[in-house]
Amino acid sequence: MFALVANQKVVIDWPCFWVVLGGSFLPRGVYTVLLFKMQFMLLFSRQGKLRLQKWYVPLSDKEKKKITRELVQTVLARKPKMCSFLEWRDLKIVYKRYASLYFCCAIEDQDNELITLEIIHRYVELLDKYFGSVCELDIIFNFEKAYFILDEFLLGGEAQETSKKNVLKAIEQADLLQEVWWFQIWPLSLLVFSRISPAKPRHEYFNVPVY
Amino acid sequence: MLIVCWSPVMVEVWNGPGDKKTVEGPSRMPAPIRLRELIRTIRTARTQAEEREMIQKECAAIRSSFREEDNTYRCRNVAKLLYMHMLGYPAHFGQLECLKLIASQKFTDKRIGYLGAMLLLDERQDVHLLMTNCIKNDLNHSTQYVQGLALCTLGCMGSSEMCRDLAGEVEKLLKTSNSYLRKKAALCAVHVIRKVPELMEMFLPATKNLLSEKNHGVLHTSVVLLTEMCERSPDMLAHFRKLVPQLVRILKNLIMSGYSPEHDVSGISDPFLQVRILRLLRILGKGDDDSSEAMNDILAQVATNTETSKNVGNAILYETVLTIMDIKSESGLRVLAINILGRFLLNNDKNIRYVALTSLLKTVQTDHNAVQRHRSTIVDCLKDLDVSIKRRAMELSFALVNGNNIRGMMKELLYFLDSCDPEFKADCASGVFLAAEKYAPSKRWHIDTIMRVLTTAGSYVRDDSVPNLIQLITNSVEMHAYTVQRLYKALLDDISQQPLVQVASWCIGEYGDLLVSGQCEEEEPIQDEVLDVLEGLLVSNLSTPVTRGYALTAIMKLSTRFTSVNRIKKVVSIYGSSIDVELQQRAVEYNALFKKYDHMSGDEWLRVTIDQLLSSVRILSCSYDPNSSVVSLNFHLTRRPLSVCQTFQLQLLSPSSNVVPTLNQGTVTQVIRVLNPQKQQLRMRIKLTYTHKGSAVQDLAEVNNFPPQSWQ
Repeated sequence: MFALVANQKVVIDWPCFWVVLGGSFLPRGVYTVLLFKMQFMLLFSRQGKLRLQKWYVPLSDKEKKKITRELVQTVLARKPKMCSFLEWRDLKIVYKRYASLYFCCAIEDQDNELITLEIIHRYVELLDKYFGSVCELDIIFNFEKAYFILDEFLLGGEAQETSKKNVLKAIEQADLLQEVWWFQIWPLSLLVFSRISPAKPRHEYFNVPVY
Repeated sequence: MLIVCWSPVMVEVWNGPGDKKTVEGPSRMPAPIRLRELIRTIRTARTQAEEREMIQKECAAIRSSFREEDNTYRCRNVAKLLYMHMLGYPAHFGQLECLKLIASQKFTDKRIGYLGAMLLLDERQDVHLLMTNCIKNDLNHSTQYVQGLALCTLGCMGSSEMCRDLAGEVEKLLKTSNSYLRKKAALCAVHVIRKVPELMEMFLPATKNLLSEKNHGVLHTSVVLLTEMCERSPDMLAHFRKLVPQLVRILKNLIMSGYSPEHDVSGISDPFLQVRILRLLRILGKGDDDSSEAMNDILAQVATNTETSKNVGNAILYETVLTIMDIKSESGLRVLAINILGRFLLNNDKNIRYVALTSLLKTVQTDHNAVQRHRSTIVDCLKDLDVSIKRRAMELSFALVNGNNIRGMMKELLYFLDSCDPEFKADCASGVFLAAEKYAPSKRWHIDTIMRVLTTAGSYVRDDSVPNLIQLITNSVEMHAYTVQRLYKALLDDISQQPLVQVASWCIGEYGDLLVSGQCEEEEPIQDEVLDVLEGLLVSNLSTPVTRGYALTAIMKLSTRFTSVNRIKKVVSIYGSSIDVELQQRAVEYNALFKKYDHMSGDEWLRVTIDQLLSSVRILSCSYDPNSSVVSLNFHLTRRPLSVCQTFQLQLLSPSSNVVPTLNQGTVTQVIRVLNPQKQQLRMRIKLTYTHKGSAVQDLAEVNNFPPQSWQ
């Protein structure tokens, strides 16, 4: 079985058991010190449809669904004038709405909420730069790319690169590795890319301000 | 449309960004539909049932494709599966396919494969261990982007076994000169340490020159790694304290350096790195004088020079404040920090106000006086529209109440109690009672405050407030007349708030003689009016059974204080046949008392506080373990104040325990001291009320056989 003792390594058989027991839904025995960590990031629409889910803690599918459902309900119930932070279970939730998408992060108690807002904003900027005035449709139809970008920006819940340029460069290079570009054609194809971008309705853009 | 043909086998067709189709030359089966096509199709579904049908059809096609071991389309199929998984449909049959994709040589396959692994697999599935070898190979791949994929996956969801197996590879990559890989390896190492803390030692050598990197990505992730190590091990913490000067230097460079387009956010250079360094400094400086002194200057510099017009600057200031408060900073710096928080409170941005209140709540104990200076701003936040801000402002306000500001603060808090949402009322009421008890400037003010709470938020006060308030009133002997008069007046206005009614009933029963005797300042009621009010409580629909009990007992008690005893007897006898068992019980017993002591005059009446005997035992909770058929009872034996009567004096002491052990394993003892100057015979009646298997049980017992020596 397991034991919950502070500062001791423990083995968890069934983390879901902790969900049933109530209290913290995270099996606290798995990490003895969890001070600064993003536990998950969710993107969902105003209708509550999930567009992206990145989990940095091990949970069963059932638990993830339950958490997602409850959190989405809670965040969607917030009025526009309320602040971007709320306490939920024993986590702090930082959320921000960009056009029709909610970006929602769960951080630990000791974390800095304001810098988490900046992390969310940085991710939106990256998406914006990559897709060219990003909107929800881009994330729907290119969800795997949204994940790739997120995985170049964050690793294990922490920022791995603080330069926008470097993240985008890495993504571009990795995209080029995707089969198969005949090396002489790719500059031409970039030109083709820019001509064939699908038109998006104006109001759907995320309106990411350039400082 | 652009067609590129690079081999006789595969032709890539591009239709624009994010759209890719691979068409086989000589193909046997029709190609599975493209990902974007599937997404488009599913979005046209008008009902949940329609969507489910489409998904099922596609899943069947994907399954048969997997069965055929189709390498060409595996990537596309898994991508489609991941989309359907995000919609909430099961995708476990794709787990093994992800592993096959990871093992493939093609980068596209690996990319989707690792993504699938991170979404569909976790450490609870045995399958995930099969990834270990692939990840190991990919960690040594010639292409850094493949290595990056492996590091990312391991750092996000690697299990303890995987971490153990691959820690060596991660450590190797931590020492590479390739900054792209080094930064990922650092965060991967953080994950490894979290999963397998014993492995922390092996990463120590690699950390030697991490901070001399110029690359911000590596710097940032290195600071995260160092933070993790310092938090987990006091030895590491002591070891890394020597890095404080270097960290201070890096931070200084960030602040003093000119505009750097690559890392600039609203005029601030790399705020993410600044925040992480500040956090590490916090951990290193905590409890250590030398380190704290070494960072004093830079903290002051950051605190004064950071631009506050945008969120990013405030994020850095916030982290700085947290650091200043945690380390051994000089008092001037601490005051600076609190003032920053005070300025935050005035910020238009509610997020900033929120973090300010949270931080002030943490520091109010240690820096009480400094926080007091911002009291008026905090109190203003009680009027904020945001619920979270209101709650914090309320908690902070209560923390700031002291003997000097009690009157002003209470005015604000009572106003807040009037107007706040119901979710706050219980906590606020409790807070007001506590504060009033601690700092009340006068007894009269205290009683007035209690009255105010009972009349405005009476239905929200906690159950235990009623006996506590009764105790308080009893102890304020000189205020009895004033109190009973005010409570009586409140009853005339409103009988819906049960705690108020209960306290008022008790007081009228106890001090009814003061109410009608002309000791009050205003026009006093006559006895019949008082009895009218109490009888009104008995019949009102608004009164709960508990309240009715209080009212009946009060009427009974007035029989020794008022002259209209006949009326009281009549009321009591009516309730002898009440449906409510509790009331019936009391009425019958009171009747019996009347009969027994009828010959006595009012002065000779036993002023026994019947409440004490009949309801001094109250079961708090009861649980039943079906496996062993054991009932555990949790008692609450209340300690009642000294009761004065002419024949007996009773004093109940605290019981030996609140829990009666099961299976006759022990007993609970409570001592009752009886002063019996007239040597009357002692009798005791005990009533137990509890729930057993969901139904209420009442048990009565009478003790008549006290040995004569005890009372003669």
